[in-house]
Amino acid sequence: MKAKSDIKYLTATKIGVTKKKYCRFKKNGIRYIDYKDPDYLLNFVNEQGKIYPRRITGNSLKYQRKVAKAIKRARHLALLPYVADLLK
Amino acid sequence: MLQQYETVFILTPVLSEDDAKSIINAYVDLLKSHGAEIVHQEHWGLRNLRYPIRKKTTGIYHLIEFKGTGKAVENLEVAFRRDENVLRYLTVRLDKYAIKYNEDKRAGLVGRNKKVNQKKAEEVATE
Repeated sequence: MKAKSDIKYLTATKIGVTKKKYCRFKKNGIRYIDYKDPDYLLNFVNEQGKIYPRRITGNSLKYQRKVAKAIKRARHLALLPYVADLLK
Repeated sequence: MLQQYETVFILTPVLSEDDAKSIINAYVDLLKSHGAEIVHQEHWGLRNLRYPIRKKTTGIYHLIEFKGTGKAVENLEVAFRRDENVLRYLTVRLDKYAIKYNEDKRAGLVGRNKKVNQKKAEEVATE
């Protein structure tokens, strides 16, 4: 067992190498984002209830707009708060 | 060709169970009188609102999915505005992906793991 752990440090440790972001809707083939299910939409909202920008979520433009529209509809129906603290 | 719509509305929690039912049936009949065909109804019941609406923190949610003309929707919304029991309403026109999503959801295909859904799909197919 000891030998194995030695080898681990020979390779360069990855610092600052970020994972390639991808649009989860294109990849999984999701075509419709439901505004009635707030749990899924919470992934795209930060602790204060604000919508994450595209550079954080990695969504493509088309689906980021659909997500934003769904979130705004959910807010209208009081499924999601407009302003919150420690939402998660 | 009739468009497919989906309306979610919130009633005040002050209503008793049968009051809420009668109000909801009144809206369903109003839709039917305007030539709409009800596809699906869901009663989510009493739920907590994420922020108070008209000083109330809970509301009775109800969803109606129907096929109808723009006129039917217009009359429905006018009725919603007049009725003070309705705290909030939202009508959305469904495109083909939304319709497919709702059907899959009813058939139980929308879910986390794909394997379970495949099995369900076969069951649904074999029925």
